Amino acid sequence: MTARLEVEWPACRARGLCSELLPELIDLDEWGYPIVLGPVPDSLERSARATVRACPTLALRLVRDPTDEGRPHPDVGGGPAGQMTAR
Amino acid sequence: MTTDPLAWFLNRGTGIVLVAVLTGVVVLGIRSAGASAGGRVPAFVIAAVHRNLGVLAVVLLAAHAGAAVVDQYVDIRWWQMFAPWRLSYQPPWLAIGVLGLDVLVIVLATSLVRDRMSHRGWQVVHAMAYPAWILGELHGLGIGTDTHEPWATATYAGTVAVVVASLAARLACTEWLALALERTRR
Repeated sequence: MTARLEVEWPACRARGLCSELLPELIDLDEWGYPIVLGPVPDSLERSARATVRACPTLALRLVRDPTDEGRPHPDVGGGPAGQMTAR
Repeated sequence: MTTDPLAWFLNRGTGIVLVAVLTGVVVLGIRSAGASAGGRVPAFVIAAVHRNLGVLAVVLLAAHAGAAVVDQYVDIRWWQMFAPWRLSYQPPWLAIGVLGLDVLVIVLATSLVRDRMSHRGWQVVHAMAYPAWILGELHGLGIGTDTHEPWATATYAGTVAVVVASLAARLACTEWLALALERTRR
């Protein structure tokens, strides 16, 4: 069972608190919007939940995904355009 | 219940400290609303200090109101902490304080369940903290035993100045003001 972070783009205002609190999993693009770097390992789950609570516009969600193991998620690796970037 | 002046001193002491602490909470809230990642102080720090200072303010407020109830010199009942009804001691100024307390309790309650309610709804309630702060200042000015003391006057004047300055600085940074000025210039 994996957990991943999802950004609710209509609510996101690019304030960047998520990246301040969880730089291991969230990067910021050149406009300040979050780039989710990967799934949430168990060791970071508490931090991820605290980061979700800290978003000033409640635009971050932690989703537990029982079935999805290897399929890439549209939010991982890209900004609002949802583009996959090579990493 | 006690006639020991300690309750009265606690009430006055918590009162003036509350003016300063609540002002700090408001100023940090204004800073937090405009803060993004990459500043000198991380945005999450400003937000967290605002939250924690806010909790301290509510605890101080409980002590302040509690001391007034416990003090037998003035007849204030426990339920009158929340309902400004049939007040026997300086009713208008006390009622203002009670209303301020009510609003702050609701602000705190909604912030505790913030992630379970709509963001818009939370924002509207949270904005009520501004009038609550004003009510607090007025309550202190009107009912405060020490209002005429120079240190008290300085505290009231200073806290109001700091909040006005913070608001002005914040508005100056927003696009809203820039757009409004541009429209009047044309």
